[in-house]
Amino acid sequence: MPPVLSKPTEQPMETTVNTTAEGRPDFISIRDFSFFYGKKQALFDISLDIPERQVTAFIGPSGCGKSTLLRNLNRMNDLIDGIRHSGDIVVNGRSIYDPHIEVISLRKRVGMVFQKSNPFPKSIYENVVYPLRVSGQNKKSVLDETVERSLQGAALWDEVKDRLHESGLSLSGGQMQRLCIARAIANRPEILLMDEPCSALDPIATVKVEELIRELKQEFTIVIVTHNMQQATRCSDRTAFFYLGKLVEFDETPKIFSNPAQKQTEDYITGRFG
Amino acid sequence: MRDTDTKDLELTRTLAAPGEPFVWLTAMGLALGLIMVVGLLGVIVANGLPVFWPSKIVEVHLKPGVKNPLPNSGGTLTGEIVQTREKRIPVLSATGDKIEDQTEVQIFVGNKDVNGSGFVFLNNSDIASISEPRGIYRLERMEYGIAFAYPKSLQLADGTSLPADSPAFTQTLTRLDAESAARRREIEKIEKHDIGAINSRITQLRAKGKGSPESLKEIAALDADYQLLAAKARELRAIQSAAALIYTTPNGIERRLPVGELVAFTLPNTLVFNQKLGLFFHNIWNFLTLDPREANTEGGIFPAIFGTFVMTLLMSLAVVPFGVVAAIYLREYAKQGLAVRAVRIAVNNLAGVPSIVFGVFGLGFFVYFVGASIDSTFFGEYLPTPTFGTGGILWAAATLALMTVPVVIVATEEALAAVPRGMREGSLSCGASKWQTIQRIILPASLPGILTGLILAMARGAGEVAPLMLVGVVKLAPSLPIDGAFPFVHLERKFMHLGFHIYDLGFQSPDSEAAKPMVFATTLLLILLVVVLNLAAILIREKLRKRYATGAF
Repeated sequence: MPPVLSKPTEQPMETTVNTTAEGRPDFISIRDFSFFYGKKQALFDISLDIPERQVTAFIGPSGCGKSTLLRNLNRMNDLIDGIRHSGDIVVNGRSIYDPHIEVISLRKRVGMVFQKSNPFPKSIYENVVYPLRVSGQNKKSVLDETVERSLQGAALWDEVKDRLHESGLSLSGGQMQRLCIARAIANRPEILLMDEPCSALDPIATVKVEELIRELKQEFTIVIVTHNMQQATRCSDRTAFFYLGKLVEFDETPKIFSNPAQKQTEDYITGRFG
Repeated sequence: MRDTDTKDLELTRTLAAPGEPFVWLTAMGLALGLIMVVGLLGVIVANGLPVFWPSKIVEVHLKPGVKNPLPNSGGTLTGEIVQTREKRIPVLSATGDKIEDQTEVQIFVGNKDVNGSGFVFLNNSDIASISEPRGIYRLERMEYGIAFAYPKSLQLADGTSLPADSPAFTQTLTRLDAESAARRREIEKIEKHDIGAINSRITQLRAKGKGSPESLKEIAALDADYQLLAAKARELRAIQSAAALIYTTPNGIERRLPVGELVAFTLPNTLVFNQKLGLFFHNIWNFLTLDPREANTEGGIFPAIFGTFVMTLLMSLAVVPFGVVAAIYLREYAKQGLAVRAVRIAVNNLAGVPSIVFGVFGLGFFVYFVGASIDSTFFGEYLPTPTFGTGGILWAAATLALMTVPVVIVATEEALAAVPRGMREGSLSCGASKWQTIQRIILPASLPGILTGLILAMARGAGEVAPLMLVGVVKLAPSLPIDGAFPFVHLERKFMHLGFHIYDLGFQSPDSEAAKPMVFATTLLLILLVVVLNLAAILIREKLRKRYATGAF
């Protein structure tokens, strides 16, 4: 089986919780990737290697293409009419544009958390098990186990364990976002994409989600888009700075924020533009 | 400084609402709409409800020399005052023509068998006095409608006679009336249900058995059963006419009314308020539950209520899946381009096509093409009698479904478009396929909008008459579309409909004066039925809205 297609649902959890081992440095490899919305080019020849089980932050001013790139990692942009790309994105050694790969199976491997929390109008329980249900998993014991594991993983279990069958929309904003994280990790994806997950949250909820990101990197490869420079320093290992659709600089986070190689990066992180 | 402040304050206090003159325009628009709705309902209620309220019987004494419109009645006539109204008549005279206003009174005199017509008009100026005779009965009869009568005696089945002034008279009449009502129900059960079942079985055997010995044998057996039942019905009918009420009409003619012909009797002039109220609700109940009599001008309208209800339900069952599926394809799957826009415009235009056009299409396509094909394929043995190849409730529902499908498509499309994008993306990012996303997330979230479409469709469908006249509605349907005879739901049957009933009463009735109050009462009921159906759908929608409320922030 090709690696991207192999589903770890049946595998025991221990195989992925291998915190001591160093992950692949090029777990996600973006190669000369350009992307167009119709005639408008949004990304220009991006090349970038995202290491396994680390947090990689994408920063840059609005409209710089960081969200577009993130949404290409699980081919969420396929929904838009008139898109086009060149170059390639390789996940774990296999191109996500490989015609033999079903986009659905790709998305099952790549969880995503959105800027605006988007729980379904279902119970908390059903929200979390949704990825399993759509994969045809309806066994109660598996579902129960997943709900507890995922909600604990998203640091929400203690708050909702007594009301799992209430609507997911009855939670507070921060809880809803953590519910979405629980849903995104329910099917044990390898990669977790986060598109400004804290932009709509208050500071306390933000701290909780950031702590969670640091926890989750033990298990997942995380790519996070953020506008918040402090957030990038607090929870990412590597940071990529984008400007006008081009990758300006990509390095260890401390280096980017203390000693950037490019003038543009320095201007941006010191707040001179953007 | 202070001056300008007070000036500003004064400005905002003026009635003209500075800068907002359109507040008044919009409010006027709404007020006009409300006045029209309230006025319409008011007219219908004011004309419809009094039908059920028992009115007094009056004896009108005419001034000497005035010609009595009723034969052999001398100077008096008896009946219920229906209405008084103004009329203007030109008066010609030597001194010059002029217009004179007169008041005329419409009186319901009943006794159609004696008087010929049920209503008379009298000029108010011709009336000398009005009195209320106490001993007069109001008899509701199976035929000839209402009779106003002074009872003389009861002819009992054993040949004895009970005079009207004996103390046991009213009691005996009540008992006989109840007995005859029970027998009438029994006769109806035998003739409609039992004999009906035998008849349909015989028809089936004749068509399918093709003269085989077994079928002939069974037909003979069924025929024997039929003879037994028919004899029993004849016997019951004989009992029905054994006892009779002898009465005299107000103009002195003696009549004999078999108790089997008597539906109900009251003494309107002796009723107190509570009794009248009881009778009022009793009349409403009868109106809702009984079959029509006397060319639909008497009795109830239950078959029409039931027919309207079943047809609307069938239409909803047909229109919702059809419309929703079409809308899902248009909104979710079709590539948004020129072709889809053309289809959308076509669908919207379809909503504006006159309903009679749909009726003609339904007749040509459903009845003559689809129905005839079904008949020749499955019911060939009954031909030339058509089964589905004639108007019926199924074709009526299908025609109306076709007519209302644009409404459902448009509403569903709006609802699908209103599902937040985040929810779609959330589902797809979980690895759900497009269909799973539609089925598990988008459809449930857009159900309230779909139900809005259904409500609009029902409101339009339930009130439609013109296309139904072509595809299956009838003045009087012999049996209901759903009954106890196998297979219980008879989609090929013709049916009665409240909207058509109103038209029929108002314009096709032999006695349109007698039918007028029924028109209003039926209209009231049709409006109530539509309101009830809509309320049910609205309740379901509110429940779903609460469940699928999408207010993430």
